[in-house]
Amino acid sequence: MSDNGIITILIADDTDSDRMILESIVRKSGHKVVTVRDGLEAVEAFAELRPDLVLMDALMPRLDGLEAARRIKALAGNELVPIIFLTSLSDTESLVQCLEAGGDDFISKPYNRVILQAKIKSFIRMREMQRVVQEQRDQIARHNQQLIQEQTIAKQVFDNIAHLGAMDAPNVRYFLSPLAVFNGDVIVAAVRPSGSLMVLLGDFTGHGLPAAIGAMPLASIFYGMVHKGFSLEDILREINQKLKQILPIGVFCCATIVDMNFAKGRVQVWNGGLPDAYIFRAVSGKVDSVRSTHLPLGVLDDMNFKADCQQIEMVAGDRLYLWSDGIIESRNEVGDMFGEERLMSVFRRSVREGRQAHVFDAILRSVENYAGGERSDDLSLIELTMLAPGAALDCPREFQASTNSRQRYGGLLEWSMKLELEPSTLRLFDPLPLLLNILVEVPGLKSHSGSLYTILAELYSNALEHGLLDLPSSWKTTPEGFERYYRERSQRLEALQTGYIHFELVHRLVEQGGRLTIRVKDSGNGFEHQRNIQAADAVRDEGKPDLYSGRGIPLLQTLCHSLRFLAEGNQVEAVVQWGEDD
Amino acid sequence: MNQSVDIETLSMLKDVMEEDFHSLIETFLNDARERIPLLKSQLATADAEAVRQTAHSLKGSSSNLGAVPMSELCFQIESRAGQQRLDGLEPLLQQLQAEFSRVETILQDL
Repeated sequence: MSDNGIITILIADDTDSDRMILESIVRKSGHKVVTVRDGLEAVEAFAELRPDLVLMDALMPRLDGLEAARRIKALAGNELVPIIFLTSLSDTESLVQCLEAGGDDFISKPYNRVILQAKIKSFIRMREMQRVVQEQRDQIARHNQQLIQEQTIAKQVFDNIAHLGAMDAPNVRYFLSPLAVFNGDVIVAAVRPSGSLMVLLGDFTGHGLPAAIGAMPLASIFYGMVHKGFSLEDILREINQKLKQILPIGVFCCATIVDMNFAKGRVQVWNGGLPDAYIFRAVSGKVDSVRSTHLPLGVLDDMNFKADCQQIEMVAGDRLYLWSDGIIESRNEVGDMFGEERLMSVFRRSVREGRQAHVFDAILRSVENYAGGERSDDLSLIELTMLAPGAALDCPREFQASTNSRQRYGGLLEWSMKLELEPSTLRLFDPLPLLLNILVEVPGLKSHSGSLYTILAELYSNALEHGLLDLPSSWKTTPEGFERYYRERSQRLEALQTGYIHFELVHRLVEQGGRLTIRVKDSGNGFEHQRNIQAADAVRDEGKPDLYSGRGIPLLQTLCHSLRFLAEGNQVEAVVQWGEDD
Repeated sequence: MNQSVDIETLSMLKDVMEEDFHSLIETFLNDARERIPLLKSQLATADAEAVRQTAHSLKGSSSNLGAVPMSELCFQIESRAGQQRLDGLEPLLQQLQAEFSRVETILQDL
């Protein structure tokens, strides 16, 4: 159809006088006319000229109007080409046949000019409407396809980031809908160089792509920083700041982050806006809850953000449960919520039935039954089991050094560096990630990042806490003293005005490997290291692990090739030898 | 002019056809002059379907020209042929011939 409403009309009639009358009427309305004398000619003319409307006699020689209508409709396909039968057929059955063959309307003889012109107009409107509807349908289909394509790509990108982690560790179980990222739910888990397991469950506000968008920087910051040994507080701050910066007002992320330390049998939990996390005690069957005490991530600016965590003891076999509000807010058919009381009763029942190990499945089943057999898309659930001290989780693949990387990337070979930290830095800055970052640039040391981190951490905390801050390790022998120790630590650190900690790192290549010398010197008074080492040896000989004091010296001795205290004990030299085989 | 041709229909046609009006009359008359003898021969060979189709065409075209009684006769012939009742169609055909003569006279005088 042309823009001015003029269409091409095909007229098929074998009676010359009737055809002449019709042609005149149509021409007077301003439309273009094509005339033919029978059904075969009509089909041919349609195929060739694609008219917009067909006026056709039902009874014609060679090919009657019914069959011609069927063929024309088949040729037209999706396009709407109205066929109006010209007929003086008066019996109902014949009229029905016309409709079944694809006819859209009738005009009876004698022709009435006014009615005929009105019908043509109405069919033009109908055609136009059909065209618009089809255009919009195609547009919606295209948009929908594009949306699905974009979501697939977004999910792939997210999975590539999220699957770097330790989600498959043997003590982690989780349930997450395949499209959870588009409900705003995200789970990331990774093992720190120190060997502890860090897990974050997040629930972004909103749905669809807006909810998914924040998951990308969150996961990428999380994995990047956990692997480099940053502390939970630093990671939280970084994620919070990034989300605050990029998310629009009103979009934020309720989250619980957990650092599970197997060596110390302790978890650090920070909960900002998610439902209470539960700790299920293996022995007593008791459930402790960890309340949200913070605002969600991405709400406060860095200055007002609080990253303080709750420290909770857990023994091997205790389980920690995190969930998004989808669990508690699941509704039954009358709209009531599942609620915390029902959740708690799942735990009590598991104790009664001696099926504590199956709580994870029991929760999912119970919520599913409650919601009438449907598993909602926004249920996210994690179970973390505390392992015995010494348990080692597999490090994610990209952190294991490949022997080829040495040749391929070069990196730091023989080098040394000195770094002196002064009070203003010591008060706020954790130098361990920085140092570890440099060390893992040595091909071959990457796979030792765990023990290197531990060595650096022990040497640094000895220098800072015992050297500069003069805190006696004896305090740490009782839980009360332990608390006092850390209270004093932060007070003295805050008040620190003078002093320094000096790092010296020297790396030399030796046959089939290398030797790293770490010297740490502090401005403190030193300590009676000989006695201390003897004491540590004594403790070790008795077979009791020295949990609170001893300055980690036995641990250092097992990790280092040699360990020497110099001067007054305010200098220490640790040597780590590594070979290509290990 | 009498009731054999409807005047209003004719004046509408004049309006629509303008200078082609006379050509239309000619076309109709020539068509009918061919089809009425055709009807007779189709009846003679007892081809009911052919009779039905010819009568159908003539019914339509005569109604368009306002020849109402003629169209009515064609309708009767068409329906009988449609029911395979060819016996007794002779008189109807003669009536049609006579009616057409009247229509012819009227239209030729325009």
